[in-house]
Amino acid sequence: MALTGIQILKMLPKKNCGECKIPTCLAFAMKVAAGQSEIDECPYVSDEAKETIGEASAPPIRTVKLGAGDSSFTSGGETCLYRHEKRFENQTGLAVRVTTAMAASDVDGRIERFKTLQYDRVGVNMKAELIAIQDSDGDGGKFSALVDKVLADAPEANIILMSEDAGNMAAAAKACGDRKPLMFGATEANLDDMVAAAKDADCPLGLKGSNLDNLVGISEKAVAAGLKDMVIDTGARTLRGLFEDNVVARRAAVKSKFKPLGFPTIAFPCEMSDDPMMEAMIASVVMAKYAGIVVLDDLQGEILFPLLLEQLNIFTDPQRPMVVEEDIYTINGPDENSPVLITCNFSLTYFIVSGEIEGCNVPSWLLIKDTEGLSVLTAWAAGKFGADLIAVFMKKAGIEDKVKHRELIIPGYLASMKGELEEELPGWTITIGPREAGHLPAFLKEWKPAA
Amino acid sequence: MPFQIFEGKMDRKPLIAMDVVDVNPEEWPEPLKRHFSDVLDNPLAWAKKCINEYQAEAICLSLVSTDPNGLNRDSSEAAKMAAEVINGIDVPTIVWGCGNPDKDTDTLRELTSLIGTKKVCLAPLEDANYRSLGATAMAFQHPMVAASPIDVNLAKQLNILMENLGVNLNTVMIDPSVGALGYGIEYTYSVMERIRMAALSQSDEKLQVPIICNLGREVWKAKECRMASGEDNMGDQETRAIMMEAITASCMMIAGGELLIMRHPKAVNLAKAMVDGLMA
Repeated sequence: MALTGIQILKMLPKKNCGECKIPTCLAFAMKVAAGQSEIDECPYVSDEAKETIGEASAPPIRTVKLGAGDSSFTSGGETCLYRHEKRFENQTGLAVRVTTAMAASDVDGRIERFKTLQYDRVGVNMKAELIAIQDSDGDGGKFSALVDKVLADAPEANIILMSEDAGNMAAAAKACGDRKPLMFGATEANLDDMVAAAKDADCPLGLKGSNLDNLVGISEKAVAAGLKDMVIDTGARTLRGLFEDNVVARRAAVKSKFKPLGFPTIAFPCEMSDDPMMEAMIASVVMAKYAGIVVLDDLQGEILFPLLLEQLNIFTDPQRPMVVEEDIYTINGPDENSPVLITCNFSLTYFIVSGEIEGCNVPSWLLIKDTEGLSVLTAWAAGKFGADLIAVFMKKAGIEDKVKHRELIIPGYLASMKGELEEELPGWTITIGPREAGHLPAFLKEWKPAA
Repeated sequence: MPFQIFEGKMDRKPLIAMDVVDVNPEEWPEPLKRHFSDVLDNPLAWAKKCINEYQAEAICLSLVSTDPNGLNRDSSEAAKMAAEVINGIDVPTIVWGCGNPDKDTDTLRELTSLIGTKKVCLAPLEDANYRSLGATAMAFQHPMVAASPIDVNLAKQLNILMENLGVNLNTVMIDPSVGALGYGIEYTYSVMERIRMAALSQSDEKLQVPIICNLGREVWKAKECRMASGEDNMGDQETRAIMMEAITASCMMIAGGELLIMRHPKAVNLAKAMVDGLMA
């Protein structure tokens, strides 16, 4: 259990020296309890207290990092069962699997698609982040050749090595160098050798059980052997089994602080269905319910894109609305006679408004004003969408150079702002648009610039 | 919570209703329309096709033609057509109005007088028309859908108001307002989980009501379902749109959706396969 501010205060020197940049020890303790300050910032606290507090504040699911530099991948760090309780910290990583049993062209195709299938949405780059390399038959030579190939051809990929042969694994991990791979495949049979290899390479180890109980046993042994960073697989390969194990594991870790299951999980829809669409359905379920990494057999835009949308949506912080950038957006190729509309930068508003405009094929200019992610009415009430601010934004954005007419369409909910805006924007006609985006197509089809 | 059958019973599988629109939906993308191309002008034939050919277990008849901002078809005319469809099929049916409270009251009231003892689910009852429609539904013993804008408290409040009116909550489903994948699904998802948690762990009786998700219409509005094959690295249009609908359904069921309204036959099958996999 996390400690309260008062419990932490008892371990502090209570000097109120202010050396931690916070005036009193009580205020500092409250900040540490809330996770806003690190206990290390106090120069006088004992090491023993540091350890107690550090342990108590560590998330129940261990944070595990792979890769290196800008393209590294982080999993785990989760603290809750439902996203509305706080937030999900690290999004499920999507991986594509290549194996030593695959034809070279199949491997090349997967690596190529891994690199090209990337999408930008609300300023986020969405893509698969990992490649899983499987040693299908224990042939160390083939395995390391494939690992070398992936490392060279996909320099941004985070790597999952899949082998049950500790020797092959050690060699492959060495080849990865700084690009810390996940070494997946410690079972009851090879645990000691795998633990040694993982320690040697200083990489996270993947544990594969034959069922939940068996996995707990392996995990306990690995922890006893001194390993800290692990990713777990209960071995379930049916949708029901996988879902159950994921729910049980997350709940045991979060609610009961059950350490052997306090690690990110990895799921293998690629081993559960031959139909790529069904495989994606399985991935969809376990993304929402707690998988840290999901390994797919292949990547295709028509299936990957919807999965990435789910990933983006489920892992959005519920306390921070998604925003789009303040700018002039062109829809359907507008010209100097096209209508000009304005709305807020709450991403949902943007998607719905731009979607409706796009759908009706009327070329338009859509002005997005930064309202800190608030919706139209809330932003107006909070003083972030006032007439003066809109006027400044319109001048800065330079819309006057882009259109001949001088007519601005505002959201129907802001009808009361018309007069004020006309004062702030001399020469502009302010037209009140519909309240609901759904009525925009009819409105725009009728629209003619004011004379 | 849904599908956690290792710790409690889940007596019923989620039910999926296929959407039938009461006027030829010109705006539907081709990959969706082509599965109904021979019946788009005939709602009864369309409903029968869903049942016989695509094994639909339920039908949602959407009265989009009545929208005053659209075709504005006369209430009595629309009700007559709806009654023909309802009398011509034999699966559970939801009749979903155009969303204009006054118009829906007129149309659905008219409809109840035409279908005799046959029971249909009336939707949507909103803040603005729950009194009039709730009274009608009660009088003819039809189940109903209480629709409120993505908020736990508003959903609860509407249920309380309905109960005050005399409606038995056993005959009510909650429509929490659904956003499609990429279009606000995260809000719906969390509101649904919170409704479920309130019902199950805090025993909030006012929220112990099934949740209905009218998701097909939201999904098929999305740009990503309309973009042609090959655009922006997003692959085949039909498969992409099917996955948009099926994954929206998956999220809704995981969060507590019990009755889903969907459009594409393949997306319906994927959603059913997922349910079978989770309850196997």
